[in-house]
Amino acid sequence: MSKVAFKNISFKYGQNQILKDFSLEIEAGEILCLVGPSGCGKTTLVRCLLGLNKPDTGEIYVDDTCIFSATRRVNMPVERRNIGIVFQDYAVWPHMTVSENVGYSLKKRRVPKDQMARRVADALAQVNMTEYANHLPSQLSGGQQQRVAIARALVGNGEIIVMDEPITNLDAKLREQMLTEIREIQRRSGTTVLYITHDQQSALQLCDRMAIMEPGGNLCQLGTDEDIILHPANRFTFEFIGVSNFIPVEVKGGAITLKPGSRDFPWAEGRLPEGADATKPLEVGVRPNDIVFDKDSPLRVTVNRSVFLGSEYDYFVDLGGRELRVQQNTLDAAKYGVVKEGAETGIRLLNYRFYPPKEVQA
Amino acid sequence: MSRGRNKDLAAVDGRRFSMDGIMTAVTVVLLLVVVVIPVVSIIYNAFFFQGHFDPKLFSSQLTDAGNLAAMWNTIKIAFWVTLLGTIVGTFYAWLLGRSDIPAKGLMRALFNIPYMFPPFLGAMAWDLLLNGRSGYLNKLLVSTFGLEAAPININTLGGIVFVELSYYFPFVFMQVVSALERMDPTLEECARIAGAKQMTVIRKITLPLVVPAISAGALLILTTSLAHFGVPSILGFSQGIYTLPTKIYAVISRAGGSFEGIRQGAALSIMLVLVVFTALVIQKKILSSGSYDIIKGKSMRPTLIKLRGARIPLLILCIATLVLIVIVPLVMIFLVSLVKAYGLPLIPENFTLQNYQRIFAASGTIDSVKNSLFVSISAGVICMFLGTLIAYVVQKIRPKGKEVLEVLSVLPYSLPGTVLAIGVILAWSGAIGGISLYNTIWIILVAYIARYLSFSMKSSSAALLQVHPSLEEAARTCGASHMESLTDVTLPLIRPAMVSGFFLIFLPAMREVTTSILLYGPYTRTLGVQIYSLRDAGMIPQAAALGSVAIVIIIICNTIVTQATKDRKGV
Repeated sequence: MSKVAFKNISFKYGQNQILKDFSLEIEAGEILCLVGPSGCGKTTLVRCLLGLNKPDTGEIYVDDTCIFSATRRVNMPVERRNIGIVFQDYAVWPHMTVSENVGYSLKKRRVPKDQMARRVADALAQVNMTEYANHLPSQLSGGQQQRVAIARALVGNGEIIVMDEPITNLDAKLREQMLTEIREIQRRSGTTVLYITHDQQSALQLCDRMAIMEPGGNLCQLGTDEDIILHPANRFTFEFIGVSNFIPVEVKGGAITLKPGSRDFPWAEGRLPEGADATKPLEVGVRPNDIVFDKDSPLRVTVNRSVFLGSEYDYFVDLGGRELRVQQNTLDAAKYGVVKEGAETGIRLLNYRFYPPKEVQA
Repeated sequence: MSRGRNKDLAAVDGRRFSMDGIMTAVTVVLLLVVVVIPVVSIIYNAFFFQGHFDPKLFSSQLTDAGNLAAMWNTIKIAFWVTLLGTIVGTFYAWLLGRSDIPAKGLMRALFNIPYMFPPFLGAMAWDLLLNGRSGYLNKLLVSTFGLEAAPININTLGGIVFVELSYYFPFVFMQVVSALERMDPTLEECARIAGAKQMTVIRKITLPLVVPAISAGALLILTTSLAHFGVPSILGFSQGIYTLPTKIYAVISRAGGSFEGIRQGAALSIMLVLVVFTALVIQKKILSSGSYDIIKGKSMRPTLIKLRGARIPLLILCIATLVLIVIVPLVMIFLVSLVKAYGLPLIPENFTLQNYQRIFAASGTIDSVKNSLFVSISAGVICMFLGTLIAYVVQKIRPKGKEVLEVLSVLPYSLPGTVLAIGVILAWSGAIGGISLYNTIWIILVAYIARYLSFSMKSSSAALLQVHPSLEEAARTCGASHMESLTDVTLPLIRPAMVSGFFLIFLPAMREVTTSILLYGPYTRTLGVQIYSLRDAGMIPQAAALGSVAIVIIIICNTIVTQATKDRKGV
């Protein structure tokens, strides 16, 4: 296991600034999920780490070894960085058997034959692919090819593995299974894993820590999954990490008014947090499961639609011309009763946060 | 996502030159030598004389009545061959691809035969049959019906169009058959369900959908016919019918290889190139409207259209066409190769194997086969590697100005072979650094490489597009150097395409005559040139014998190719 540190990495692709002064440290032996929407620069960052892209500024360290430094003109070539990678399309070589694929990096590093055979067998055993050693990739399913790609990444030295959206091409059930397996393999091997995804759900399942990237290549939050869900650092993280509702508000002399659209609702329960700047426009953000029905609340809504999803009810309600999403778990629904479609009732907002409104794209 | 390569990746690492940089530089130099220098030589020599601008030659050539007549002939022939070839090719493609006509597999194979054979052999065969004065069939008809003169004369523009047509319609045929096979049959079924009649469906649905395939095939016919040398030279010379390519040949051979003749040839070449490009522009204008691309890569089983009562008559039509364009010329060449002397009736008493003995006893023939094998195999191998290199640079390294490289490598193929030959003569007979390849086999090799480079480049290019960059990158992260990632991953994956690129070059090069007829020296005749010269010298039965040998060689090579490439599909 090794530590990885990115320091002030900038990367430009043509005129397009993808990363700017990006810094991130990955602890030895952890799974760090780098999460962000498509096009935010995740893959570019990984390619910089692998040596496939050359950053314009900054430094990259693996433990104490500097593998890249723009100022000191250090740029270790790709083949000497010794970082395993699992590509989104697996990149399993179609003309080599499974064991040839896995053994390739050992062959390139001139590992003796007997030792090589043992290490390939070990790596294949770790991903449960022993009986497919002599198959060609075309004879394998997507999930199996992916395991070959993981074994190939593990076999090198198992210090660092980068996985770039490795499960996007699999079906939902297999995705779940692969995530569990990746976690298991990582526990056994103790490898440091940098896992790239745009899917916050799989990141939550897998990671020790999460790093959220926003479009434009900025790191907006780094922390444990709990931390990020309970204390989102900004509006982007809040929106990105789950379903969210936003309602514009107006603050006048400490009193808060919800302005969802066609009608204003004075919101007596609402409290601004300490130090909030009430002079700028604000919106209140709240998650669907933090909205509860209360027929006495002054925030009146009409239920447009309700959907039963097994573990919860999903409602779409109208608050003064704005559609909000409300989730009620089945237990609560059984306790307090299901709200019928078309019914008028009241809601209360819990665990709300205030964010500046989204900038309108020019 | 950015997949851009960093050209200076290696430079930062301390190395001055990166692999990518070296490959790009080599590609640029190669294209410069093989393509740019000959083309520039033509333009320079047509307009400049002894270092100063001299448009007199060009304008005198442009206003010469004979040249204008040749240009007009070239255009007329190409127009009719393209028009009729497109109609005939599309009709048979539909018949064999979509109707329930019997024996489809066999007929499809037979329809592809003309594509394999050198058209000038076909022209020879038809000349033997329907020559205005001495054609066998003409003589037969005259004596049978007591006619005054030969009823059909192949030595006319119409005759040239007919022979070219029979060899070039497969271009459209093959394109359209494969498009019809890949077309989603539900599109037609929907129209039937909506109440359209069979003919309406063909006219309104099927035809428009295969328009891209038709126009691709028609384009091939047009450019090939405009540049074609063999057929008009064999059928037209005796009647003074010239096209631009044959005129260029006539001018140069009349001048006996003098510089003035080659300069005239260069001026005519520019005329020919202008005609070709004008034709391409006009065709693009006509065909650009309304092309669709909803033909799927998937193979589906189309519903076959029942011909009912028309089935047997159409089958007979197919067989008659095949007999006319495939069987008759082949049999004719073969029979004439057996007669003791040209002009004797084709009856068993007059048959002998002497002609074969003679051609194999003559050193010239053996040499010509050797020469052809040497240049074709060398050109195939060299182009296979160069084409792959260029394809790699264009597809994967993507240097600035890669479009220029791409155009340069495809340019020689849209240049007529005659023009290319003149460029090669002008460039490599001492004009540059005193290097003179004239009269050596190397000048033919250089011309072949320029002419066929685009074949292997396209073949490798298509394969490289399938090799995702991550495959090479994965090898790099596993500890392979750039070079190793190429030899371990990329090359094995595109090997089948490289091999088929080789054969795409080897086969046409074996029967090539247009370029080598201008480049051969006393000891460097190719197979095609040897047949042509034997015929020119009046030794027609021997020419036919060598033609038969060439056909056998081509059939053997083709069989090897189809066998060898059969189980290589899909890596």
